[in-house]
Amino acid sequence: MIELKNIYKSFGDHVVLEDLNLMINTGESMVIIGRSGIGKSVLLKHIIGVMRPDSGSVAIDGTDITMLSIKDLDKVRMDFGMLFQGAALFDSLSVLENVGFQLFEYTDMSAEEIRQRVAECLAKVGLKDIEHEKPAALSGGMKKRVALARAICMSPKVILFDEPTTGVDPITGDVINRLIRHLHDTLSVTSITVTHDMTSAYKIADRIAMLHDRRIVDIGTPEEIRHSKNAITRQFISGSARGPITNEEGSGA
Amino acid sequence: MRPFRTFAEKIFSGVRGRVIGFFAYIGGLVTLFAQTVFWLFSPPLRKWQILEQMNKIGVASFPIVFLITLFTGIVLALQSAYQMQKVSAEMYIASLVALSITRELGPVLVALIIAGRCGAAITAELGTMKVTEQIEALETLSVNPVQYLVVPRFLAMLIMVPLLTIYGDFCGIVGGYLIGVGKLHITHGMYIKMTFDPLVIKDVMTGLIKSFFFALIICLIASYEGMNSQGGAEGVGRATTASVVKSFMLVIIADCFFTALFYFTVE
Repeated sequence: MIELKNIYKSFGDHVVLEDLNLMINTGESMVIIGRSGIGKSVLLKHIIGVMRPDSGSVAIDGTDITMLSIKDLDKVRMDFGMLFQGAALFDSLSVLENVGFQLFEYTDMSAEEIRQRVAECLAKVGLKDIEHEKPAALSGGMKKRVALARAICMSPKVILFDEPTTGVDPITGDVINRLIRHLHDTLSVTSITVTHDMTSAYKIADRIAMLHDRRIVDIGTPEEIRHSKNAITRQFISGSARGPITNEEGSGA
Repeated sequence: MRPFRTFAEKIFSGVRGRVIGFFAYIGGLVTLFAQTVFWLFSPPLRKWQILEQMNKIGVASFPIVFLITLFTGIVLALQSAYQMQKVSAEMYIASLVALSITRELGPVLVALIIAGRCGAAITAELGTMKVTEQIEALETLSVNPVQYLVVPRFLAMLIMVPLLTIYGDFCGIVGGYLIGVGKLHITHGMYIKMTFDPLVIKDVMTGLIKSFFFALIICLIASYEGMNSQGGAEGVGRATTASVVKSFMLVIIADCFFTALFYFTVE
């Protein structure tokens, strides 16, 4: 179980998260929605310990990771996989080296065994025979899928997805959505996705949480969110310019 | 009175901001240095990456170090000859070139070449990795970015810059030799004798000690600027410029410091 308690995070004078509380159950697919720049990615980076809160705690199965040393945090992160918004593949490495990065770093597997494992992971995301390509030679959708293969390569218990469908066409977006849901179901992992794409959210989520004005303002199953009485959630999912969310909000981190 | 007060407040707040910024920057460099030393002694040491960086920083810099130090040796010999010929002391040109190159010009020129060629490349590469979230991706893959990115460059720089300095010293002396023997008609034997007679191991060593610290300065500034760049392509460009300018400045300041230190202590 992942539990965020009273998270406060600011960058200079700009407060991004304040008194934020969220609990994510083991094995569920949680989607966090909210406007661009509202702090969704910041929240995700707190869960994997890339960012530390100014105050508050992030507990992974009861262990507060904000109190861990870098080396202990690295051990906790071995159970995590993360798909970045821009894929964040290492430019200087081939697809094989990107996907098998942790296998090369942390296991005694032979080159042939790693090759096989990478091919398996690539097959899971619908790719094959691109092991020797460099990321620069891949399309946006392929990069995301390779990044997804990298995220699942060490069989993580938790996978984080940062805007998985941003920057790809709607069809590729749907392929990625199905892939995320499929991986979630077959690998039995806890998935946490941040997105502002409601189509994506409804397809992926077991539960959806709405992040607004520095905290979680609404949470529920896709059906509950669809019929939410919260005015902010209603405005967001309907994509209306009129409502409690004004244009000045959501421009920052 | 009021406008003067506002003006004075602006000036002092500007100065205060710059002083705080300066110390924050130095603090950042010291922290990065401490982290680099810590991770340097934490396994694994990535040998292939260190060799790759040694190739990029050292071997690939051979041609430009050769050209610049050779021509500096030539120019130094020609400019000295201009005065020395008046007092018929051309043979001392060999000693002058050898001492100037090994004690001063060799280490400084090589450091400036490496700051411009390799420091800029390190900042641009790490900066691009930072703005495309690759450095955060490393963290999520349980790999420390300082250990993976900075340590190999740091070690390669500390090994290769002194070696390039020895190579640059040699090329500079060859440049002086070409003018001394080819143009000023000093005999081969005399030129070699006048080069190596006044040259003692201390001259070469002080140059190498300087180059070691120059390498440390260049690598730390380049890595720090790269890992802290933000604001997309423009930010990477800004960081790269800052890296080269700050490296140049600190190399010259450190050169002044070490020259004074050796002058008052080692002489």
